[in-house]
Amino acid sequence: MMLSVSNLVAGHGLLTAVRDVSFSVGAGQVLGVIGANGAGKTTLFRTLAGVHPAISGSIVLDGVDVTALRPSHRVASGIAMVPEGRRLFVDMTVRENLQVAGENGRSGAWTLPTVLDALPSLAPLLNVLTGGLSGGQRQAVAIGRALMSNPKVLLLDEVSLGLSPVAIEGLYEQLASLKGRGDTAMVVVEQDLDRAMAFFRSGDLPARGSHRT
Amino acid sequence: MLDTLIQGILLGGYYAILAAGLSLMFGVVRFINLAHGDLAIFGAYLVLFAVEALGLSPWVAVAVVVPVMALLGWVLQATLFARTIKGGFLLPLLTTFGLGAVLQNGMFGLFGSDTKSLGNHIGNLSWASWSLPFGITVGQLPVITFAVAVAVLGSLQLVLSFSKLGRAIRATASDPEAAELSGIDARAVHRAAAAIAVALAGLAGAFLAMRALINPYAGPTQLIFAFEAVVIGGIDSLWGTLIGGIVLGVAQSFGATISAQGFQLAGHLVFLGVLGARLYFAHSRDLGGWRGVLRMPRARQKLVAPLKQATSEGRS
Repeated sequence: MMLSVSNLVAGHGLLTAVRDVSFSVGAGQVLGVIGANGAGKTTLFRTLAGVHPAISGSIVLDGVDVTALRPSHRVASGIAMVPEGRRLFVDMTVRENLQVAGENGRSGAWTLPTVLDALPSLAPLLNVLTGGLSGGQRQAVAIGRALMSNPKVLLLDEVSLGLSPVAIEGLYEQLASLKGRGDTAMVVVEQDLDRAMAFFRSGDLPARGSHRT
Repeated sequence: MLDTLIQGILLGGYYAILAAGLSLMFGVVRFINLAHGDLAIFGAYLVLFAVEALGLSPWVAVAVVVPVMALLGWVLQATLFARTIKGGFLLPLLTTFGLGAVLQNGMFGLFGSDTKSLGNHIGNLSWASWSLPFGITVGQLPVITFAVAVAVLGSLQLVLSFSKLGRAIRATASDPEAAELSGIDARAVHRAAAAIAVALAGLAGAFLAMRALINPYAGPTQLIFAFEAVVIGGIDSLWGTLIGGIVLGVAQSFGATISAQGFQLAGHLVFLGVLGARLYFAHSRDLGGWRGVLRMPRARQKLVAPLKQATSEGRS
């Protein structure tokens, strides 16, 4: 298994947002995480990426326990997250946003040319500041930035939020081709259930855990 | 008149070196270092020590002290500054205020209270000048200081624009968490920024000691000048800092022609005028007045945003 999470607990102060979550996902598989707003999906993702502390439990990436690592070291080990709200470096160009992740992540098959092949919409925008892009373009940059670090596991948080239907269509085509490559495990938070079910399809493992609201 | 203008511009080079470090720390680390002026004076004393006690030539001493100051900045960030940032908005101010007091009294204990200068050690450079057409003469030391300022700020701008470290610094300044999620160790970037900032402070201190007398308590005045240059020029770009330094230097030079006290007073007045204008424009934009329709420079947003962020963090 590429990513194995066991009994993960995380919270905000006295509120336990992620309660005893366990799941595993393999290369080429997509795991969907579904829940109402406030159910703890984003906290789960932030804990997996390391920007939120885990209270207990373990996160094992490709056989290596990364629970104690800083976010930047997790990126180097192979976890990349496309955070909610994109979080691009808005005063830097598309090229620089991609370069930053490429220079500080893992090395591998994803480089600027291969990412541009996968996300051709970015090619004409390379020298544009990301602050001036549309929502769909920003999301493509955020995904490209995550890919540039050559992740073994890609975490996608609310990727279609705020996008036009056409942009969502294009986005999922890109994610489907990424899934088709079979070398990356994906964990996806998606509010659009029809969209999510069509993408996850059969054979993908459901997450087990419990939460109270 | 023209002579005063040129003196002021050249003086601006010194302020730019001093202020660039302060601006870098604020822009990248979101950290206000009230000991910046004292660190500059400390750098000057280290150069004096290297010259007087170790017998190095002044320029070699500067070349040795600048990396030492960079190391000091790295260590300060790793051991002290990074911890205080977690404590909210007020703690960095209190801590660096205290660090300044420690530095002042430490230098008083180590080097004594006598005013000192590097001027005695740089030969005729202290008073040598070049004659230009139209009867203008410029001091060689101010010209060298200004040239070093342009070279240092220019190289720093190149590093920020085109190097891996520069991209990491800009990404971290823009969004530290997103930078971490892109594989950048934000702590290391902050240490690098602090190293550059303190090294620049040391370099500025060395130039100050070449043209003026220093004493262990001279730091806070220099800090105020650095702040004024940063506020006048904006924290967004190093060239803005250079322009801020030049405006301050020119104001001080013209003030000095009116009276001896006018030197500082004119600088303060220009600073207050610019600060007032910045606040006025930011305020009217927030209220959506007619000025809000015009595109405002970006510097103001950044001046206001970190304060809001810091206060909300302090409350949570």
